[in-house]
Amino acid sequence: MNGVPSSTYFTASPEWGWLIILYFFFGGLAGGCYFIAALIDLFGRPEDRPLARLGYYVAFPCVIISGILLTVDLTRPERFWHMLLEANTLRPMFKPWSPMSVGAWALLIFGLFSFVSFLGALVEGDRLSWRGGRLFRPPGILGRVIAVIGGLLGFYVAGYTGVLLAVTNRPIWSDTPLLGMLFVVSAASISAALMILLAHRYRWITPGVAALHRMDLWVIILEFLVLIAVVISLGPVAWAWLNAWGLLFFLGVIVLGMLIPLALYWRRDWLGDHNVTASAALVLVGGFILRVVIVLSSEAV
Amino acid sequence: MAEPMGFYTDTTVCIGCKACEVACKEWNQLPATNGGLNTLSGDSYDNTRRLDGIHWRHVKFIEQFTEDRKDGRWLLMSDVCKHCVHAACLEVCPTNAIIRTEFDTVVIQSDTCNGCRDCIAACPFGVIDINPASGTAQKCTLCYDRLQGGMEPACSKACPTDSIQFGTIRELRDRANKRVQQLHDGGEKRAYLYGADEKMLGGLNSFYLLVDRPEVYGLPPDPKMPSRNLLSGSLYSIFGAILVGLIGIFSFRNRGLREHQEVRP
Repeated sequence: MNGVPSSTYFTASPEWGWLIILYFFFGGLAGGCYFIAALIDLFGRPEDRPLARLGYYVAFPCVIISGILLTVDLTRPERFWHMLLEANTLRPMFKPWSPMSVGAWALLIFGLFSFVSFLGALVEGDRLSWRGGRLFRPPGILGRVIAVIGGLLGFYVAGYTGVLLAVTNRPIWSDTPLLGMLFVVSAASISAALMILLAHRYRWITPGVAALHRMDLWVIILEFLVLIAVVISLGPVAWAWLNAWGLLFFLGVIVLGMLIPLALYWRRDWLGDHNVTASAALVLVGGFILRVVIVLSSEAV
Repeated sequence: MAEPMGFYTDTTVCIGCKACEVACKEWNQLPATNGGLNTLSGDSYDNTRRLDGIHWRHVKFIEQFTEDRKDGRWLLMSDVCKHCVHAACLEVCPTNAIIRTEFDTVVIQSDTCNGCRDCIAACPFGVIDINPASGTAQKCTLCYDRLQGGMEPACSKACPTDSIQFGTIRELRDRANKRVQQLHDGGEKRAYLYGADEKMLGGLNSFYLLVDRPEVYGLPPDPKMPSRNLLSGSLYSIFGAILVGLIGIFSFRNRGLREHQEVRP
């Protein structure tokens, strides 16, 4: 293409900045924590139920924060409802081929599920006295159905943002179809890390937390492989990362957010009691930097 | 539906007068840059810089000179929204603010747009931006209001050299092909049409006659639809979700099995 790696280099920036980066982070946490909580509900053991509740406690506030961030980021925030209802006809506004349109609905419905599960968790944890609330929690049929559908929606919310970036014409974002996969895997990784941190904060040293840590370890390895695939799939566009963003990507995402946490997992004697919490905190920081680099490095092209 | 209408811009006769820019601003009541205080870009005679929410026409000045400046040429081009037949902005718009009109042009309805800016990221030509006066995404409407009143767009009406021509797409393509032939016959073999046929996004309803590679004019050589990544991106995401789900199930199940094995007599 005569020196231009991609036709995406001729586009203009939508100026999705820090609000969107924060949304990608909190949306990922909301979806990921809900999914892990549902997983623990469905495949864990009864003694792990407090850990599942922790996931629901995190997911709902993160959904609320996500909705606020997205609304504030609009240049006409009072028209946020135009995403859901057609402004002129008031008919439902739904475009299945537009990730932003489907994402708006997914966030709304996921918000309802996470609210219901949040209520159920409050009731089960004796923080709210409402007998009906028990129905929202497994092992009852309704509780299981909520966990399965909510978990799937959670994954959608965590991953659609990457697909949304790919379904544009911006450099880097639309030069690889793998960002959705990367965001899904990263959401699972940062969510497991946050739940590990919170569990340690409350001094829950249960086998469930150890399982979560083991899960995070393998998810980080998977994320590392996906990151390599992303760089390969970018082809000549990957050279766009030969700058400060690339350095941040390498040091912040790969070294700080992946390699050091993995090393801390293998060498448990390095920081003693703080090994697990330090590893989880670094994974969270790396996950945030990943979103910063993906969103902002496109502007530098 | 009326017959598809559009622009044919013959860049070889553009003189860089910017009458199109002025006419567009006047008719569409677009605000001045920087409150009317002129700022110089330092880039040739181009102080408009780019198409955005308040510049719906942009005359580009491309200087092609040898280092000693003894030989060279100017390439001048009045850029505008391409009103693509397969429009990326229209495809992604989550509010249906972007519509296709009866003239086969693409228009953003300012009273519906909520400023999500997905269209800005989707446009392969970098045409759209937020107009700070309305807080909504805006671009050339191909003077939809004038077309409805039976008039031609302000820019083509103002163009003194007929570099910008308005008409039915069929007629414009005929005229453009004849002009290319004329240029070839006269020795300018580099002349070609950009976006005049269906191969590029189904056809650009604002197409160009160029005499150099598209990227020299700041145009993408191979613009694509955003949806090209939709299916593959979704399938990879689902694959990622399945892998993470399996890791999760294995992590929790595995522990259960091990503990069972440990307590087994």
